[in-house]
Amino acid sequence: MILKYLFAKNKDIPVGSSAIYFGFSSILWFVIGTGLGSFNAAKLAFPDFVTGTEMFAFGHMRQVHVLAVIFGWISMAFAMAMMYITPILGNTRLWSEKLGMWNCFMWNIALSLGLTLMWMGVTSGREYSDFPWPIDLAVAAFVSIPLAVNVWMTILTRRTQGIYTTNWFFAAATFMLIIVFLVGNLPEYFHLTGLTEAYMTWWFAHNVLGLWITPVAAAIAYYVIPKVTGNPLYSHRIGHLHFWSIVVFYSTPAAHHLMSAPLPEWLKSFASVEGVLILVPAIAFVSNILLTMQGKWNMFVENLEIRFTVVGVLLAIPLNMQGGFQQTRSINWYIHGTGWMVAHAHLALLGFSTFLEAAAVYLGLQTLMKRKLYSLTLGNLHFWLLLIGFSTYWISMTIAGLIQGAGKIYEVPYIDVVIAEHPYMIARWLGGSMVFSSTLIWLYNMWMTAREGTIIPSGRMPHELAYER
Amino acid sequence: MKFREYKIGSRMFGLAFGLSMTITLLFPSFDLAASVSSEVGLDKQLAIGWDSGWQLSDPTLLGLNKPLKILVKKDPKSGKPIEPAIYAYVYPAGTSLPNGVIHTANLGHGVEELSIKDGRITEAQKKDGAVFIIKHSDHLETFEGKGHPLAYVENATATMGWTPDDVIKAAADTDILHAGSGKTMFVREGCWWCHTLLPEQTQDWQVFGAPPMLGDFNGMSPTSFGSDRKGPDLLHVGSRNASREWMMLHFFNPRLVQPHSIMPRFDYLWGKVDAKGDKIDFAKWRKEYDEYREGQRTTPPDVPMYAKDSEIRNLIDFVVNLK
Ligand code: HEC
Ligand code: HEM
Repeated sequence: MILKYLFAKNKDIPVGSSAIYFGFSSILWFVIGTGLGSFNAAKLAFPDFVTGTEMFAFGHMRQVHVLAVIFGWISMAFAMAMMYITPILGNTRLWSEKLGMWNCFMWNIALSLGLTLMWMGVTSGREYSDFPWPIDLAVAAFVSIPLAVNVWMTILTRRTQGIYTTNWFFAAATFMLIIVFLVGNLPEYFHLTGLTEAYMTWWFAHNVLGLWITPVAAAIAYYVIPKVTGNPLYSHRIGHLHFWSIVVFYSTPAAHHLMSAPLPEWLKSFASVEGVLILVPAIAFVSNILLTMQGKWNMFVENLEIRFTVVGVLLAIPLNMQGGFQQTRSINWYIHGTGWMVAHAHLALLGFSTFLEAAAVYLGLQTLMKRKLYSLTLGNLHFWLLLIGFSTYWISMTIAGLIQGAGKIYEVPYIDVVIAEHPYMIARWLGGSMVFSSTLIWLYNMWMTAREGTIIPSGRMPHELAYER
Repeated sequence: MKFREYKIGSRMFGLAFGLSMTITLLFPSFDLAASVSSEVGLDKQLAIGWDSGWQLSDPTLLGLNKPLKILVKKDPKSGKPIEPAIYAYVYPAGTSLPNGVIHTANLGHGVEELSIKDGRITEAQKKDGAVFIIKHSDHLETFEGKGHPLAYVENATATMGWTPDDVIKAAADTDILHAGSGKTMFVREGCWWCHTLLPEQTQDWQVFGAPPMLGDFNGMSPTSFGSDRKGPDLLHVGSRNASREWMMLHFFNPRLVQPHSIMPRFDYLWGKVDAKGDKIDFAKWRKEYDEYREGQRTTPPDVPMYAKDSEIRNLIDFVVNLK
């Protein structure tokens, strides 16, 4: 199927094809990524579960999970959202469906190749930029640059006067991703070493999260809420505040990941202060979206996409409260390097951002395939399993992290900490497995939507039709 | 271009993002580039070699292209005993030289000059290999008003004529540490997902040892600090526990020495054969171990002694060398 379109003329490719392919690819990576996550969690709870082979060792699989969810699930869902939302907001078509199809195809290939190699142990040894530099360059060339070109050209060839908030974020984030990718991997191209390497590693990691995942996820909320509720965005000014404060405050605290390394003290203090300032974009974003919901709160209960979006936005509150304060020295001291951070990472990626991406993929696939969601029951099951599974994960790892922090500060022999954490490791595994099973349900639901969902008459939007199952 | 109306916006964006990169990348780079390698830093960089992650000369991370750290008890040229014995860092012909030797500025002010002038490191050639040792200068280098003795690198091949082959031949196998290849194992096996190499600047150091200093990492790549801990910090583990026997049991199956450990087994690093060249029967071992766990045996099966050139040997060399 995809092969047919790769070599078709651009105008012969049906509108929305690349977004649909990206949508289904992202769900598949979601299944793979969370499956790996739950496998890893099982290994941390029961160390003798599948043991003795290099391929299934924890140290070989952990980074595959992380990169599969970040560059497979989250980023492909972003690509899907961009290829679908950007043209709509510009009242135009995607600049090139063909480029989009190639982008999707090469992205899947590059990611599968990179992850397979990494699974075998081929790694640069740098967290989040684990791919060796040839793969990094492939990712830049086949993933982020074509995506940015498509988004930018679509915005430039738009047929509207202004540019809506969502599209500012898309344009800026695709651009920043390229820069972050190329600059963040400098240590590998030029063999920079020592603390410079360590610092650049975290500069990359911080900015991939802060300048790519967070703003694009927020941009999705700026689209979905007004579109589905029919309310105009509460305030464009606050949207501006959000946008600019992300660029200024979010791009600077990279050093807060290395508060206990011998980096220059001024840099650590600077990062610590700048980190607190991420509360500015966070509050702007959350208040703007929640105020847009005015008068339409019934949809929070009745409409699946709104429910996913609003839950994602609500999860941004604890996320940013943690994010703003956990890099102050007094708190970082306690929680650095503990399960608390793992809980926080999942609050950001599995909580906040995954819920927003899921909303975009639900809405986008229904709109583009012109088919109403196959089953609300399965959709609800997906939602609740995801939410309960995630909460179990988050709570158990937060507790484990606090135990670990106490153990660290009171100098408890490490093995006692390991013993005390054990029940929470099991709880995390159970929660994670719920998330994994929810993704299977979702995949089935979307597949059935494509095949059997009620056809949406032209000129209607998915949420205007009643659910049938 | 319908982007005209966004001219101001795009310029502001460029300015904001540029400024942020200036503060977070350019400014720190001056500070970091000014760091002077400490003796710890020199030892690490010389023992570990050029890079421990993916590199063209070791694409599948087998621990190739790495130096050996060798305890030298007598001068390999004259045969005279050396008291106390010193460590030499041996780069066999063709091995990439460490970053500080290729880019001497990396050693930092003072150390760079000494290593070039007294240590003659710029004469080292990758194709012939080289032997390095760490020396201490007599004159004090002033830094922030205080005098510090500086450690520097000496190219023993140039100053004393020690060739890599001489040093390797004169050493007993027990005096040779494959710490460089071991670091590659450490990176490949993802030990750093569970262990940090960075005691924190808090009470942490009372258990895990002193936190590292600026200058302890010059030339090291990747630094693999690790970000989340599920096991103890390992930066100084060799000072707490240098028993190779304990390490051997612990890596084969951590539950042999620490029943509650969640560390994975690394028995696959033993390879196919043991020290005597006999095939290791992993299936049998696991079966007997399971019987032991279920109480059908009173003792666990014996852990096979690893072969001299096995990957686990490299890893244990690296771990006990973490002083
Ligand atoms: C799943 C997490 C995990 C991984 C991966 C892991 N370890 Fe461990 N390690 C632990 C835990 C937990 C302990 C503490 C309990 C024990 O002694 O086994 C430990 C203990 C140790 C100790 C003893 C530390 C001390 O203070 O006595 C050493 C040495 C060690 N690990 C080395 C390694 C090396 C080398 C690797 C990579 C080949 C590795 N570990 C991979 C979890 C892990
Ligand atoms: C879309 C969903 C998910 C995303 C985006 C995600 C993301 C991440 C990230 C970023 C990390 C690194 C954390 C850190 O370094 O602090 C991580 C680690 C991990 N994740 Fe996930 N994750 C997801 C789902 C899951 C699920 C469902 C499980 C199942 C239990 C899981 C289990 C794990 C485990 C076990 C680790 C290793 C933690 C550690 O090293 O202590 N993840 N994940």
